[in-house]
Amino acid sequence: MASHGIKDRVAIVGMGCTRFAEHWDKGLDDLIVDAATETFASAGVTKDEVDAFWFGTAQSGMSGITLARPLQLEGKPVTRVENYCTTGSEALRAAAYAVASGAYDVAMAVGAEKVKDSGYQGLNAFPIPNDGTARTLTAAAMFSMVAPAYAKKYGVDEDELAGVLARISWKNHQNGARNPRAQFRKEVSVETICASPRVAGRLGVFDCAGVADGAAAAIVVRAEDAHRYTDRPLYIKALSFAAGSGSGLIDPDYDYTWFPECARAADDAYAQAGITDPRAQLAMAEVHDCFTPTELVLMEDLGFAERGTAWKEVLAGTFDRTGPLPVNPDGGLKSFGHPVGASGLRMFFETWLQLRGEATPERQIETDRTLALTHNLGGYPGEMVAFVSVVGTELG
Amino acid sequence: MTRGIAGIAGYVPYRRLQRAEVARLFGTGGGRGARSVASHDEDTTTMGVEAARLALKAVPGAAPGAVWLATATPAYLDKTNAATVHAALRLPSDVAAYDFGGALRSGAGALRTALGAPGSGTTLVVTADLRDGLPTSADESAGGDGAAAVLVADDSPGTPLLAEYLGGASVSDEFVDRWRPAGERRSRTWEERFGETRYVPLGAEAWEAGLKAAGLTPGEVDRVAVTGMHGRAAKAVARALGVRDGALADDLSTTVGQTGTAHPLLVLAAMVEEAGPGEVVAVLSLADGADLLCFRTTEARAAWTPAETVADQVAAGADLPYGKFLSWRGMVTPEPPRRPEPPRVSSSAAGRNEAWKFGFVGSEDRSTGAVHLPPSRVSMRGGAVDDMAPVARADAVGTIATYTVDRLAYSPSPPIVFAVLDFEGGGRFPVELTDVDPEAVSIGDRVVMTFRRLYTADGIHDYFWKARPARTPAGDG
Repeated sequence: MASHGIKDRVAIVGMGCTRFAEHWDKGLDDLIVDAATETFASAGVTKDEVDAFWFGTAQSGMSGITLARPLQLEGKPVTRVENYCTTGSEALRAAAYAVASGAYDVAMAVGAEKVKDSGYQGLNAFPIPNDGTARTLTAAAMFSMVAPAYAKKYGVDEDELAGVLARISWKNHQNGARNPRAQFRKEVSVETICASPRVAGRLGVFDCAGVADGAAAAIVVRAEDAHRYTDRPLYIKALSFAAGSGSGLIDPDYDYTWFPECARAADDAYAQAGITDPRAQLAMAEVHDCFTPTELVLMEDLGFAERGTAWKEVLAGTFDRTGPLPVNPDGGLKSFGHPVGASGLRMFFETWLQLRGEATPERQIETDRTLALTHNLGGYPGEMVAFVSVVGTELG
Repeated sequence: MTRGIAGIAGYVPYRRLQRAEVARLFGTGGGRGARSVASHDEDTTTMGVEAARLALKAVPGAAPGAVWLATATPAYLDKTNAATVHAALRLPSDVAAYDFGGALRSGAGALRTALGAPGSGTTLVVTADLRDGLPTSADESAGGDGAAAVLVADDSPGTPLLAEYLGGASVSDEFVDRWRPAGERRSRTWEERFGETRYVPLGAEAWEAGLKAAGLTPGEVDRVAVTGMHGRAAKAVARALGVRDGALADDLSTTVGQTGTAHPLLVLAAMVEEAGPGEVVAVLSLADGADLLCFRTTEARAAWTPAETVADQVAAGADLPYGKFLSWRGMVTPEPPRRPEPPRVSSSAAGRNEAWKFGFVGSEDRSTGAVHLPPSRVSMRGGAVDDMAPVARADAVGTIATYTVDRLAYSPSPPIVFAVLDFEGGGRFPVELTDVDPEAVSIGDRVVMTFRRLYTADGIHDYFWKARPARTPAGDG
């Protein structure tokens, strides 16, 4: 049993990302073509120079044909990937391993989701025939159970915790307001966030990620070939993935104050990358802020704060764009919405911009650190898949 | 051979409609008192299950050889609803399950049939009904929802009788007083006076013949109730019984309403619960004729503790706004949540998982004791494969570990209140709460499981378990 990782063996040499929005005038094919075209140009390659493709979509299409048809790929190995909300990250993971194995020279990961054609609010899962005993709760309701559990365990007043969660939302909207690719580009006051209509438990509308259409893509090559494509490649330091057994739902020992799958994926990723103090070594992190309590708990699961202290760090501004460890400097799921297949790659896109100094000036992070983390999760507290990556601009 | 009642219980749903609410909205209709209202997730099958669970719970070791379900408002036609009751009670496959259906009289008829067959084994007679009518109608106000179950058995050391069947009578007559064409919701009635002229002599005839068969005089009857959807006739018959002062029992019309098919058994349950040993208890039901059933409670009555009395359930009710009542009954259609409706249940998947879905039976790892809800082949602790024993949790008390209120998820009556439960005896399960006010839920609350209908798609009812607060003094565990 071992998780060796592929540190410094694969590099991202081109990326693209559409604006995330309610794209009433764009279909899935349009989003794919837009993201892929930008990515080919970014890496300076044509589609024919890419040897293999992994396409992540949760439920906008099936099979590799969903990518091959709009891009008119002829006879290429194209694989559709699905792994809940980590689908986009999973596509990149597959492409990177394919290159690392030596099977291909150039591989591409594309993630896309057309959510807004369903006619319903929120994300809605594909119905699989079943015995009718499964939960029918929304994700908001499942994650809303984290906040009171956290408050109780660490002795935080629930009203005070609501203020902490509002500050997370406020911070991500601050960042999103400065990002031209974000769905929501307005700053939102803490008062407005706290007064928003309740969706589930104490969570209001502004505690929830938006819902958007979007696509993002990346091209990866072996690290030694990277400079053929770009002067500033991003080297993959770690790719870690953990699927829970689902036992958290039925195990009386699970207390809803942490996500063991995420902690496990983070530990593995840090081991692969050789990171010992993530808070001091990372320039930034993109994390899966599907709901504000999720981001709060992730600060502890990812080792950015001691257990039971993340709420204080949030209030202290530790994770603000100008703080010691900026989290979600692009605005996160909160500002971008969550086109499931694209979100993981959208996170990589922000590390691509920030570590290369290409973010819009009003949100570019000033730092001499060279490493960034992305974290992507799918499922619910107790039944979750978790992904953590580390990328960096330097070898070694 | 002595035959009679070895177990009995009524089920009154939690919600009440104050009849005055009807006139408050429409300016007419309604009346005094309250009627019981089945929750949006209840039907005659689920209410029957609840009544049957209560009846069996108070009789340890009861092993019915048959379960009969009688209702005029069945959840399914063609398909046997008693089979669902059978599954929810986790009865063995060699227990027969039959529906008695269609007419309001089928409840009293099923009970009399079971009582009149000594030597035929132990039969669980379950009755249930949902009564309503168009807004402002007499049926809407006078009707009620409820269920009752009677365990009929021959007297034996294993199943001592609470009440011995003394005898009774049935008289039948053909006349159209109340009718409902097949497929219609609303019952119709002829001019009230006509029915009264038929029911009053029919009731008197059954009363006289039944007492004679039971070897009783009216003065020897300690408790009697007259039931029937024709309220005026029932009152007239009751006045003419000639019983002692105080012998006429509460017919539950002001607190529950007339629960149709279920009502004779529901008031019988209430009377037996209130009676001491050695009392004569009789119920006279008026429906397309008249049925009288006479019983004498036994010494074993003193040792019997009902799981939840009808009186306690009546007292524990909570009011429901009239608008909710109308929407639950399909009389008005509120805007649904903007979420996709659930797909129909897969019959094959439900069939494979019958013990889980209908019986709430999980599995317990023999080596570690870890309880899995739903059952699992591989243990979450230690990873043992196929080393599990079935473990039933339908009758276990749960404690709320955490909970939430979902205002967005699809529900026939939003919002969904949802809790993570830890069960006494082991096991955790996240499940929907019902019969609950969202503001009244707290971590640490004790809840009991209840069999419900989650939704209906393509005409298939999705039956499964929810949890509800433990309310009545005896209803907690």
